[in-house]
Amino acid sequence: MFIYILKRVLYAIPIALSVTVVSFMLVYLAPGDPLNAIAPADAPADVIASLKSAYGLDRPVPVQYGMWLLRAVQGDLGTSIASGRSVTGEVMSAVSNTLMLAGFAAFAGVLAGCVLGALAGYHRDSWIDRLATALSVIGVSIPHYWLGLVLTIIFSIWLGWFPAMGAGPGGSGEWLWDIEHLKYLVLPTLTLSVIPMGIITRTVRALVADMLEQEFVVALRARGLSGRAVFRHIAKNTAPTVLAVAGLQVGYLMGGSILVETVFAWPGTGFLLNTAIFQRDMPLLQGTILVLCMFFVVLNLIVDIVQPLIDPRMGRN
Amino acid sequence: MNMVSLQDLTVAFCGNRTASALNQVSLELGEGEVLGLLGESGSGKSVTLRTLLRLYPERNTRISGHIRVDGRDVLALKGRDLELYRGGTVSMVFQEPGLAFDPVYTIGQQITEAIRVHEAIDEQAARRQALHMLDRVQIPQAERRYDAYPNELSGGMRQRAMIALALACKPKLLLADEPTTALDASVQIQILLLLRELQQETGMSVIFVTHDIGAAVEVADRIAVMYAGRIVEQGPVAQIVHQPRHPYTAGLLASSVGMENRGKPLLAVPGSPPDLACLPPGCSFAPRCASADEQCHRERPPVLNRGNESLACFHPVLPFPEAA
Repeated sequence: MFIYILKRVLYAIPIALSVTVVSFMLVYLAPGDPLNAIAPADAPADVIASLKSAYGLDRPVPVQYGMWLLRAVQGDLGTSIASGRSVTGEVMSAVSNTLMLAGFAAFAGVLAGCVLGALAGYHRDSWIDRLATALSVIGVSIPHYWLGLVLTIIFSIWLGWFPAMGAGPGGSGEWLWDIEHLKYLVLPTLTLSVIPMGIITRTVRALVADMLEQEFVVALRARGLSGRAVFRHIAKNTAPTVLAVAGLQVGYLMGGSILVETVFAWPGTGFLLNTAIFQRDMPLLQGTILVLCMFFVVLNLIVDIVQPLIDPRMGRN
Repeated sequence: MNMVSLQDLTVAFCGNRTASALNQVSLELGEGEVLGLLGESGSGKSVTLRTLLRLYPERNTRISGHIRVDGRDVLALKGRDLELYRGGTVSMVFQEPGLAFDPVYTIGQQITEAIRVHEAIDEQAARRQALHMLDRVQIPQAERRYDAYPNELSGGMRQRAMIALALACKPKLLLADEPTTALDASVQIQILLLLRELQQETGMSVIFVTHDIGAAVEVADRIAVMYAGRIVEQGPVAQIVHQPRHPYTAGLLASSVGMENRGKPLLAVPGSPPDLACLPPGCSFAPRCASADEQCHRERPPVLNRGNESLACFHPVLPFPEAA
C-alpha cells in the first residue's frame, strides 16, 4: 500500500510540472498584450520598454518561466498587473469562495445523483426511471448560465426569496455562517449542482442496473439477505466507480464555474479568471490556472489512493 | 413426509415473448435423498432450483402449481419468513463460484454475514462457526482463507468456500446448480466426493443439477431427466443408466463419453432443443426423435407414474411396467 501511494505521488509530479509549463505558455498563445491594459495607447516607446523590464517581460520566455516557477513553488505567484495586489492572496481568497460553492454543489449533486440513480437502477423502465433519465439528460445538456438566469428571474426577481448576486449582504465583506449569507449560496449551488447530478445519476443507474443482473446479487438473496443488506453490498461494489466519477466532477466544478460565478457575481476563481482574461492580467491568469490545475492533480491523486481502499481487487497486486 | 413436493409447477417468463421455462413439473424428494436433475442447457434444471428459492422477480415471472418444502407452502412465503427460508431451510451452491461471491467482501465476512441472518449470535461466535465450516470443507489454513477475497482463491477453493457458506446454516435441502461444471476435471471429482461425504454426514436432501451423466451417477440416488421444461423420465440411477426408457435419455447416454462406447463414434442427439417461446403442441422431443409418429406431434404424452419412476413417452425404448 505504501509503495502504491508513493508510485501515485511520483506519477503526479511530472503531470504537475507539465501543467506549470502549459499554464505559463497558454498566456503567450492568447492574443493581446498585457501592457495595453496599463500603458495608455499613445505611450512613448521608452515608457513601454521600462514597464516591460519592470515586469520582466523583456527576458527570454524560458528564463521568465524559470523565475516564475521558482517563485511559484515558494508560494509567490507575482503581482497582479491590474490591481497591484499579490496574486497568491487574490487566488487564495477566490479559491476559498469557489471551494465552498463547489463543495456544496458537489455534495448536493452527488447526493441527488446517487439517490436518483439508485432508484432508477432498481426500478428500471418504471416512471421513476424515466423521470431520473429525463432529469439527468436535462442536467447534462442544459446551459449553466441560462439556468442561472432563469433561476434568478424566478427566485429573486419574481419571488424575492434569494438574492441574485454577490456573496453576502455587505458587498464583498467577510463570509459568515448565518442564514443571511447562506441565502446567497442557494441559487449558485443549485445551478452548479445540476451537471454532477446528471452525470452521477446516469453513472449510478447504469452501475446499479448492471449490478442487479450479476449472479452474486442473486446469490446474496439466495442466502436470505434482506433487501437492505443486499443494497449494502451493491453500494460497496459501485462506490469505487462513483467515487472516481464524482472526483472528476468536483474538479470540473472547481474550474468550470466561470459562467455561473459570473452570472451570480460570486467572487470565486471563475469570476477571477474572467476578470483576469478581460484585463489581460497575465500573472493573475497564470496563477489562477496553475492553482486550478493543481486542484485537479491532487483530487485525482486522492481518488487514486482512496479507490483501492474500497475495492480490494485494485490494491493488492 | 417428503422434503420437497412439486405439483404441476409451471413457470413462464413474460417479456416481448413469453417463454415457458417449466411445464407442469411434478417431483417428489424424500428426506436424505439425493436427486440428480439431468438435461441439456435450457431444459429447465436451473429454473427449477431458482424457483424453489423464489429467486425470480415477481414482475415478469408467472408461477403456477404448488411447491412444498419441509411441509411449508413456498409460494406463500413472505418477508422475513422468505428470508429465513432462503439459506436457512434451503440453500444453494452456484455453478460459478467466482461469480456467486461478492468480490468486495472477504469469504469469511460473507459466511459470517449469512450465519447472522439466520442465527441470533454475535460476531465472534459467527466467526468461529464460519471457520469451523471452512475446516469442514477441507480448506487448508482456514484462518488465512477467512480473510481472503474471492479473487484470491482458486476455482476449487472458491467452490469449497461456497459449499461452506451454503451449509453454514444447516439447511435441510441443498440445491447444487452444476457445482462442478466450471472446475478442472481433477477438482470436479474432489468436489463431488466432498458433497457426497457432507450429505452422508448431515443427512440433508440434495437436488443436484448437471448435464454430466457421470457426475449424476457419482452422487445421486435417483435421476430425473428434463427436456424443454418437462421431466420426461425419472428413476433410480441404475435403471436410468442401464435401461433408459425415454428415447431422449437413451440419446443422452449414447452421446456421453465413457469406457463402454470406446472406439465407437460418438452419437449426438440430432437437432437442437425447441424454442421455449413456441413449444410444439405434442411431445417437445418429437422433432428430434427417431421413433416419433403422427400422434407424438399432435398430443402431449401423459406422465406415467409407478413408485418413484415416471415416464412421459408414447413410444419408449423399453416398456414402462405399468403401461405394458
